Order: sequence, then C-alpha cells, then structure tokens
Amino acid sequence: MAYSSEKLSEEKVFKDPVHRYIHVQDRIIWDLIGTKEFQRLRRIKQLGTTYLTFHGAEHSRFNHSLGVYEIVRRISDDVFKGRQEWNDDNRLLALCAALLHDLGHGPFSHSFEKVFNLDHEDFTKKIILGDTEVNQVLQRVDAGFPRKVEEVIAKTSKNKLVVSLISSQIDADRMDYLQRDAYFTGVSYGHFDMERILRVMRPREDQVVIKQSGMHAVEDYIMSRYQMYWQVYFHPVTRSAEVILTKILHRVKHLFEKSYQFKYDPIHFYTLFKGEMTVSDYLKLDESIILYYFQMWQEEDDDILRNLACRFLDRNLFKYTEFDPAKEYKKLSELSLLFEKAGIDPEYYLVVDSSSDLPYDFYRPGEEEERLPIHLLLKNGEIRELSRESAIVDAISGKRRTDHKLYYPSDFIHDNRIKPQIKKQIRRLLELDEGQSRSDISKQWNTRPNRE
Amino acid sequence: MLKDHAKIMHAIAASSEITGRKKLQKMVYIAKKIDFPFHEKFAFHFYGPYSEELTLRIEELCNMGFLNEVKEKKGGYYQYRYSLTETGTEFLSLNEVEMAHLEDCLRDMNGQSARFLELVSTVLYFEGLPKEEVQEKIFTLKSKQRYTEEEVDRAYEYITDLKGKARIH
Repeated sequence: MAYSSEKLSEEKVFKDPVHRYIHVQDRIIWDLIGTKEFQRLRRIKQLGTTYLTFHGAEHSRFNHSLGVYEIVRRISDDVFKGRQEWNDDNRLLALCAALLHDLGHGPFSHSFEKVFNLDHEDFTKKIILGDTEVNQVLQRVDAGFPRKVEEVIAKTSKNKLVVSLISSQIDADRMDYLQRDAYFTGVSYGHFDMERILRVMRPREDQVVIKQSGMHAVEDYIMSRYQMYWQVYFHPVTRSAEVILTKILHRVKHLFEKSYQFKYDPIHFYTLFKGEMTVSDYLKLDESIILYYFQMWQEEDDDILRNLACRFLDRNLFKYTEFDPAKEYKKLSELSLLFEKAGIDPEYYLVVDSSSDLPYDFYRPGEEEERLPIHLLLKNGEIRELSRESAIVDAISGKRRTDHKLYYPSDFIHDNRIKPQIKKQIRRLLELDEGQSRSDISKQWNTRPNRE
Repeated sequence: MLKDHAKIMHAIAASSEITGRKKLQKMVYIAKKIDFPFHEKFAFHFYGPYSEELTLRIEELCNMGFLNEVKEKKGGYYQYRYSLTETGTEFLSLNEVEMAHLEDCLRDMNGQSARFLELVSTVLYFEGLPKEEVQEKIFTLKSKQRYTEEEVDRAYEYITDLKGKARIH
C-alpha cells in the first residue's frame, strides 16, 4: 500500500479541551507528530508572554497545531468529501500543511524576530525542506511532496483552495487559536459556533465560501476575533512583558558586539548574534533554554541586563501611559533627554509600543491590501462578498484600530535618591500624580497579578 | 524611538513622492532585500511580497500628520500619493536616519512602473530557487500579469544593477 494512503491499524485519539478529541487515522500524520521537530512545539508557548497577565495561558504551539489539523480533517472528511469541487488528492496536502503550519515558530517569536531579524516562516520552510525528520516523513509520499506542503504554508502554492483553508480571513488556524486562547486565558470572548461554520463551508475553485445561511455565525466569529485582539492579544501588561523581553535581547546583543565578558557564556545565542543561525541551532532554542539564560543574567555585572532580567522573571514590569505620537513626539524627545540626565538609559527604559488590528477587510481593485475576503454563497448560486450582505461586518470593514502606549520603569522615576529634580520633571511630563501613574489610577492592571 | 517610522519617512523623503500603495510596498521590500535595514515583515500575497506592518506604519504616519496622502481616481480605482508634510520634515530632522546610498536606489525604483517592481520583488522573494523555477512560479502565480521571459530577464539584470548601486556609490 502506498504510504500516502496507509492507515493505522486502530485510530489514535488525543484528548483535547477545545475539540474534545483529535482523531488520527493516517500513518503519515502519526509519524509527523512523532518527529523531534514537531515535539519541540510542546516547549514553545502559543501566547508568549501572555501567561504573565492571564496565568492559564501556558498552552503550547503543539496543542494549537493539533487543533488546526483536526479542524481541517473535519472539513475534509465530514464536509467536503464527495463534493464536486473537492479533489480528494487535496486531503493529505491540507492535513500536513495544517499540522506543520507553525513548525518554524521559536521561543517568544515576536521579540526574537524583531531583534535578530528572523522570520519564523522562513524557518518553517527550512525545516520542511531541510535535513530533518519531518522532511524524511514527507519524502515518503514522494520527492516533491515536502515542497508542495511548504508552498501551501507560504501561500505560494497554485492550489488556492487548500491555501485558503489554512490561511484566509476565516481559516482553520484562526478558528482554533481563538477558541483555544479563550479557553486557556479563561476569558468569555473568543467563543463562536464553529460547528455551524464548518457545516456551511463549501469548496470553490480557488477558495472556501460560506453558505448564506451561515452568515450570522460568521459575524459572531469576526466579533469574537475583534474582542480577543483587544482584550487578550494586545493587553497592555502582556505588551509590557514583551517590551522588557525585547530589551533584554537588545542588551545582550549589544554587549556581545562590545565584546563583553559574560559570566555565563550564552553559547546558544552565538550564531544568532553573528547572523549565522542554522536550522539545527534554531531547533535547539526553546523557552526553557531562554529562561535559563534569563536566570543566569540576573547575576551579570552589567546593570541594565541584570535589572531587565530580574524585572522579567519577578514580573516587575514597566508601567505605561497612553501616548499620541502625532501630538507628543516632541515630549518624547524631551523625556528621552531627561531620562539620560537622570542616568536611566532611554534606549532600554523609555519605549513606545503600538498595537493595531484590522478586524475584516475586503479587496479593493488597484490597492495593495490583499486580504482574501470572505465570500457568501447565495441561494441562486451567486457569490457575494460578506460586507455587502452583513450590516455588522460592513460597519467594521477596513476600519483599523491602533493603540500606542509609552512604557517606563515607575520605580526608577519615583526613586528620589538620585537626581530628584530631574525625576520630578519626568513625572510632570508623564503627568503622573506623585507616586502613581495614570495607568495605576485608572486600571490597576499591574498591581493585581493575573487579573484581567 | 519611532525609529522604524522614521526610516519609512526617510524613504519617502528620499523619493520626493511615491505614487501608489503597491509601488511603495515593493520599493521598501526591494530595499530590504538588498540589505537596507527596514524591519517590516513581508509575506507573499496576490501581488507578491506584502507587509501588513508597512501598511499600518503608513496609516499611522498619515494619522500623525507626518505623511500627506492624496487619493486620486484613476480609471476604475483609486490611487494614493505619499509625501512628507512640514511636521513630518521637522520630525525627521529631529530623528535623523543614516542609510548610505538608499536615496539613489529609491530614486531609481521610483522611476520604474509598479508592475515591473512587482516582478522584481517576486524574483527576489524566490531568489533561493533556480531561475527556471522562479520563472515557472511567476508564470503560474502571476498568470494574470502576463509577464514575458524578456521581462523576467530584465528583472534579474535590474536586481544586479541595484545591488551594485547599493554597494558601490
């Protein structure tokens, strides 16, 4: 029997809090899950630093990848199977791409990518095509199969229907992470009727469309996504932790470039510092390794590195205030000068962080915003873009929401033992009441750990 | 602080004015690929490499009053023109950006059509593949653009010239 159609003698199931069970019948899926590159995803948190805000958010990319696979399996086996527009040859390609779509994520990807100019999508490609166990498993289908899987994940495949299952404005990836992240953070947003959406999905030549009768379930999904972004993913405390993590990486890179003698040699970082990171080096990085170094850096002689590492591990995060770059950029320059005078390096301790999201968008000819819109399948067989039918979606289409915050170490600027007058000026510019920041007063977020 | 914003403003200032969102996206992507330090993340979309981060940054710069965006009707669709406002120029003078040779490269790119830059950026996106495979990708993924083999050859030549310009001047 060909490897591509080989089934396990008995179906395997994984117990899952979101989908109840994840079903595996195909030999190739079972083999891929067993590879060391896929198992590594158990050691990468799905939500990075969010666990410092929502203590339940300890779930991994392993959980999520299995979840995306299960959704695609259900679409393929329960909804699309036998339909004219669905070619069963797509099934295995879609399942493998769904399972492996996040394979190249590293620990705290967002910060690492920013500081070291990395791209997790590039590593996904290299792991799938390189000398890895995943590649060996995929090769057993045929020599060209790893490339086909990689192209679906990179959205460069000509099979647009399969691409849209994994990557579009209503795809298996989003449907899993919204529900999974809501479950593990414990928030009440993020829930929508996925069963209904799956039942009304239909394959078309180059994308998945939704039967018109499922429009309200899709509206609910879009609203859930909107809430999750602003209530969970862009939470200001999580962003504070990420700001500090990014600054730790910046500092350690800077010290390496200045030939600083580390007490504990950061050997796992060397190829990263030199821009020579291989796939094999990359695969050794996981969150345990990174947090080990953070522990060690708490004992370094460099004041900034030591302080930032302690802040991250002890959750002594930066406070924040709302910031309007258009109106306040001069104030920012002024603050930066005052920080320098006060002996607080603004490069590490005065940070503007921006978050932005576009809840839904449709294609406009000639423009570059190229999000594949969600299309409804009308009763007469016509296809119509969602926002033309849904007043709710129309109201938010193309409307981006952005938020800027200015982060700073409240303890430093309230420490009047050194340069008290300058610190007073800083506090005045930040419009802080003596002893408290605006965010302390209005939100009390930072003072109550693990509280929403 | 706002360094990545300043870099984009510097790119637009160096080009005087950029017409078309697609063109702006491709110019920044190409500049990044020839080693200018832009940090926006790009992924492959319908028109080739596209950065949501860059779109966002441009929108922010317009909201901040640093960029001037003029919307013009062109045929059946709208086109956007970008230039620096006075406040933007003032901001840039406070946050100077050093990128040697960038100006020459950007001016050169600005003189090309968005269609050609789309081809150049797609070639760069697949630069790890042999030329025949890149060509096949272009003819399959961009069949609607009907690029010819000659145009692909020209894109390769253009990349070599541009890389030379980035290094030699």
